[in-house]
Amino acid sequence: MTSDAAGSPAVELSQLRFAYARGRDVLNIEQLAIARGETVFLHGPSGSGKTTLLGLLAGVLQPTSGHVKVLGADFATMSSGARDAFRARHLGYVFQMFNLIPYLPVRENILLPIRLDAGRRARLGAQSLDSAVDDIARQLDIDPLLDAPISELSVGQQQRVAAARALIGAPEVVVADEPTSALDTDRREQFLQLLFASCRKANATLVFVSHDHTLMPLFSRTVELATLNRASDSRRSA
Amino acid sequence: MLIPLLAVRSLRSRLLTTVLTVTSIALSVTLLVGIENVRAGVRESFAGTIRGTDLIVGARGGTLQLLLSTVFGIGSPAGSVKIATFERWKAHPAVKWAVPYSLGDSHRGFRVVGTTPEFFQRYRFRQNTPVTFAAGQSFAADSHVVIGSEVAERLNYVVGTHVVVTHGMKDIGTSSHEAHPFIVVGILNRTFTPIDRSVYITLEGIEAMHEGFEKPLVRVAKTATVAAAPQAAAPRPKRAARAETPLPANVPAVMPGASPPPGTPMVMPGASPPPGTPMVMPGAEPPPAERPQPKVIPAQPAPVAAPIDSSAAEPAHNHADDQITAFFIGTKNRFEALMLQREMNTDFTEPLTAIIPGVALGELWQNIGGAEVGLRVIAIFAVAIGLTGMLVSLYSSLEARRREMAIFRAIGAGPRVIVSLLVLESGLLALLGCVLGVAFVYAGLALGQAPIEERFGLHLTIRPLGATEWTYLAVVFFAGIAIGFVPALKAYRTSLVDGLSPRA
Repeated sequence: MTSDAAGSPAVELSQLRFAYARGRDVLNIEQLAIARGETVFLHGPSGSGKTTLLGLLAGVLQPTSGHVKVLGADFATMSSGARDAFRARHLGYVFQMFNLIPYLPVRENILLPIRLDAGRRARLGAQSLDSAVDDIARQLDIDPLLDAPISELSVGQQQRVAAARALIGAPEVVVADEPTSALDTDRREQFLQLLFASCRKANATLVFVSHDHTLMPLFSRTVELATLNRASDSRRSA
Repeated sequence: MLIPLLAVRSLRSRLLTTVLTVTSIALSVTLLVGIENVRAGVRESFAGTIRGTDLIVGARGGTLQLLLSTVFGIGSPAGSVKIATFERWKAHPAVKWAVPYSLGDSHRGFRVVGTTPEFFQRYRFRQNTPVTFAAGQSFAADSHVVIGSEVAERLNYVVGTHVVVTHGMKDIGTSSHEAHPFIVVGILNRTFTPIDRSVYITLEGIEAMHEGFEKPLVRVAKTATVAAAPQAAAPRPKRAARAETPLPANVPAVMPGASPPPGTPMVMPGASPPPGTPMVMPGAEPPPAERPQPKVIPAQPAPVAAPIDSSAAEPAHNHADDQITAFFIGTKNRFEALMLQREMNTDFTEPLTAIIPGVALGELWQNIGGAEVGLRVIAIFAVAIGLTGMLVSLYSSLEARRREMAIFRAIGAGPRVIVSLLVLESGLLALLGCVLGVAFVYAGLALGQAPIEERFGLHLTIRPLGATEWTYLAVVFFAGIAIGFVPALKAYRTSLVDGLSPRA
């Protein structure tokens, strides 16, 4: 099922069409491939289908037609349960905000993917859960906050906790949906540096969605969704 | 272990909602189990009105009439039974004991029962509890009276109080045997059965009363002598205010020479008519002047209870010395009761009706027990409301938790995780509600048992939950789990569609 043969690209889209309502395509992408280890800046204005695309990459949404392959696994051939399991093992996901389960302390939030999936736990090898959390927390500079309740964290700290949760257990692909939009400019850069460093350390592919052009130079590759998505023109004119 | 941990933490994080939901379920459960308890208590105390007696035998007539008139003191029996017949059946090889039970007279609204001292040994109520004496003892002479606890309380009688028993069921307007004074020698402990509202005298006492009515001199003289001894103890009137019920001027007194020591007897007016109401006293009535004036007349508050309806009482009012109203039988072997019943019901020497009290009570309950269905319906509605409240609270909390569900989805939690989390939460709420509700019931029973028994005469037993209660709890619990599925499935579907949308 998880044919993550080293040769296959991290993400591969082909003839992808997606519509929430019949006949009204939100996405129409002929081809997109993201190589492993890339940090991709997926840029597009609001409403251009960025979040929808991430939903497809995560396997939460299913394309109307065409294929989404992540690490060589074709979501079209997988059951929704299999896609859930795949996501738990191979993906990290960071939302724009409100990433954390409010009733769990920081440490438990970070550990959630590990607790949910035994395969992801296995990736830690002999390392104990606590030391894995400590490591990732140190990288993201949140180690003093591990036992704090979520309500005491600033937005920036919350985003770093979310990043830690996305990165723990070394997933191959990290998907981030405008994770810096709630941060001020100084914090944005700091957050990105930490995120890049952690991704590099875990050898993870980063797909980062934003409408903020200023961040573009920091990434190894930029994808303009507006040019990629053939549905956007027809949608706007409609 | 992740999901239980999540469920507990999630519930704890919304403590107020959780507490309110659990409380609302608990109150429904309390109502349901509590009503079941009261229902069982009512049914039990009804069925426990009479125990240990295998057959009640009276003149040929309706079984219900016999049951009501003997056990409950409602209405009057169909006729009477010859003492000879009673003696004949008493000698029957299957009969272990037999006590006579004679009705027809009343004392200030309370039934007078003529029987033998054995009655107090044989009568059982509730769970085979014997009748015990709160004060004094059983009767040893014709003029002795044993009264139930309510009689003693209402009329302020103590051991040693002198009373007058009225002939017939009506207090006013019928013949009063006021000529024949009785003395209270025993007061029974409270039973919460009609026994509490009865006055017991010997068969000879009844006989003496009626004979005394017709030929006072002979009988009264005889009884009075016997009665003299225990009267030594001076009556201790309980109430200080004596004047409220002035002694009717026309209280008949046939107190011939052989009367008890002067001063001691208290003549209880059989009826305290409102002043001015002319009392119709049939029969020969001596002038009031002849009557020795008693030293103290305890003024009794008029009985609160309306006098027993006497319209139906007249047919039974035919005392013949050799007749009794009914008799109670205990068989040597309880299985013989059925056989004996048939034998009696088909006996032609004297037409009798024999009933098995337990069976007759059961039949009666079938007719009057309809109210318990009503109680049940109310309880079921209460639980439905409690569960609806739980659904509403789970459902409304779901709106706030869409974000949470989206996060779980993004982490890779499948439908099973989300559904089991929400179902576990609702299951926990229902379980806590059940446990708390049962705790409420037992706490309520522990606190309320004595006051309820005191106030309503309803004895509620504290006992382990019965099959019905467990069924109710299971229904509430599983309904709670089922209700959890509604928001759980909705949560899963919503989080599938817009699960990754940050705009919650």
